[in-house]
Amino acid sequence: MSLVIHNLHARVVGGQQILRGLNLEIEKGSVHAIMGPNGSGKSTLSKVIAGHPDYEVTEGEVLLDGVNVLGMEPDARSRAGLFLAFQYPVEIPGVSNANFIRAALQARLAAGEELEATEYYGDLYKEMDRLEIPRNFTARSVNEGFSGGEKKRNEVLQMAMLKPSYAILDETDSGLDIDALKVVSAGVNALRGPSLGILVITHYQRLLDYITPDVVHVLVAGRIVRSAGPELALELEAKGYDWIRDELSEAALAAEPVHA
Amino acid sequence: MSESLLQAPPAAEAFANQPDWLREARQQAALRFDALPRPSRTDEAWRFSNLRAFDPQDFTPARPVALEVTDSLLPLSLGADSHAGSLVFANDKLVARTRSAVADQGVIWLPLEEAIEQHPELVQRYFMRSEALFGSAKHLALHQASVRTGTFLYVPKGVKVEAPLQAFHWIAGSGQSIFPHTLLIAEEGSSVTFVDWFKAHSDSRNLACGVHDLHVGQGAEVHYVSVQDWSRQTVALHSNATVVGAGGKAVHLSLHLGGSFARSESVSHLRGAGARSEMLAATVADGAQEFDQRTLQDHCSPDTSSDLLYKNALYDEAKTIFAGLIRVAPHAHRTDAYQKVRNLVLSAEAEAVSLPGLEILADQVRCSHGATTGEINAEELFYMQARGISERDAYRLITYGFLNEVIERLPENSLRVRLQEALQARLAGH
Repeated sequence: MSLVIHNLHARVVGGQQILRGLNLEIEKGSVHAIMGPNGSGKSTLSKVIAGHPDYEVTEGEVLLDGVNVLGMEPDARSRAGLFLAFQYPVEIPGVSNANFIRAALQARLAAGEELEATEYYGDLYKEMDRLEIPRNFTARSVNEGFSGGEKKRNEVLQMAMLKPSYAILDETDSGLDIDALKVVSAGVNALRGPSLGILVITHYQRLLDYITPDVVHVLVAGRIVRSAGPELALELEAKGYDWIRDELSEAALAAEPVHA
Repeated sequence: MSESLLQAPPAAEAFANQPDWLREARQQAALRFDALPRPSRTDEAWRFSNLRAFDPQDFTPARPVALEVTDSLLPLSLGADSHAGSLVFANDKLVARTRSAVADQGVIWLPLEEAIEQHPELVQRYFMRSEALFGSAKHLALHQASVRTGTFLYVPKGVKVEAPLQAFHWIAGSGQSIFPHTLLIAEEGSSVTFVDWFKAHSDSRNLACGVHDLHVGQGAEVHYVSVQDWSRQTVALHSNATVVGAGGKAVHLSLHLGGSFARSESVSHLRGAGARSEMLAATVADGAQEFDQRTLQDHCSPDTSSDLLYKNALYDEAKTIFAGLIRVAPHAHRTDAYQKVRNLVLSAEAEAVSLPGLEILADQVRCSHGATTGEINAEELFYMQARGISERDAYRLITYGFLNEVIERLPENSLRVRLQEALQARLAGH
């Protein structure tokens, strides 16, 4: 059981090629981290997997427990067990947080089945307490006027409620002070377990002090160029990304992928 | 069509013990209705309006409803959980009322015909005192000649009515016309919340021609909510005039859901320093519905403020027209007036017309107005889909949120919940 990304090529619709043959396998129960310099394709990868309409896949596949999700609408991918924690969570005026999460859960039920309200609020409050989220949060519009930390906590709250099989955390550390980072990381760690595979995307090693990965990958120019244990993150932190660029041949970075 | 409105305005005898002034006023109104020309699209006040949508002669004054119809309406006439009293009208006849403790506070809370009998001077002082400003003189005349009942609510000086009072106006049958009326007077320092629910018993073609006037005394605070939920074939003409005295505050929120052609005119006169009016509306327009909204923020005194927020969501071939004017009188210095119209267009065939206007004759004023027309935000849509919510459900939820922002301006929670339910029910098919 794993999320397999195989030979993935993707570009902005009608624009530049960004992913150039990316391979990755995230087993359930494991935590993988992708690090990479700005512009290497980190956020593109998360959006392509989630099905953002601004990107098109030109080659390759993304298999969720063996099922290729690339032909699916974003909502179907989510219901199939994929979760993307957004780098910039979107504000939705006039829709309360409780209403929003309920709609997402309701979407997972069979037609005619109704979410049980008492149970729902019980679960919601339990997860909110764990993330140190105040109760009035439920009545506030989704992400509207939230601080950076509140937005990221809200992402983790949704993840906890939706119970995905695979979660991609896109720069979840950006915009967080150290206290918020600890709370958010603790929230993610609480969800770690044999039924969840996690891909943490980050520019900085800092997040990985709190969410310890099993494997660290380095993404450069749309491809994974190196994979190793958590010590790789420390090495990158110490030496910067130039070191890894220097080790790779110019040709390898510049090469256009070969299309069939 | 022997009972045609044009030939025989019906209500000259409608009130028992009708005082002379009222009989005369109604006879005059009937004559005025006959004499006044039909509105024309060349009038500025009817620009863009679809005047062929109806002919008053197609409708006859509503006949009383059968008892079994009344029985079916009452369980649907509940409103806010916390309400302090209800009047229920069907086809312009009082069919039910709940006793209310507000009488103990000196509040007069009566159907209009009883108020005319018991408090004729009060009614005379306030009844239909506003002039027609938007070319609706003919419709106002029709209303005055034809009105048979409605709500009279008088809140004495300093009295605070905590829970909302409400009225239901039902229309049943087809080819019927009704003339709902609301006259609310809040004396100095008082406060009250009142809700009008306009509902149809069946999906048939009728005419509703209503007047809803608010008199907000010095330092008084009035929340007035109307939920226009007529059938999708109803022609609806609603006129509102709100007068706010010094330091008073009026909040008028309309939820527009029903009607084939629904015209609403709303005027706030700010008379006295510190007077404030908030004019709020949320509209769902679909099919071939047309909503025609005309507003005036009339700043007559210095240091007055007004805040208008109208939001329209348009589906299919629906059309909305908004024409709003902020008028600042020569001496109304330090006016603070805000006007915002937002149209969410969900179909390429829908049309939203916005005509904001300013007429400023004073100094040191802060007036801003803006009209925006847009579609569903793609990032909001993707965010929802990324949580498993289908595209269609996401569209509906985002549209709900867009309009719910208006409802959230109301402080009273149990009422807000009812309005949100009405909005959800209305959007359910989309």
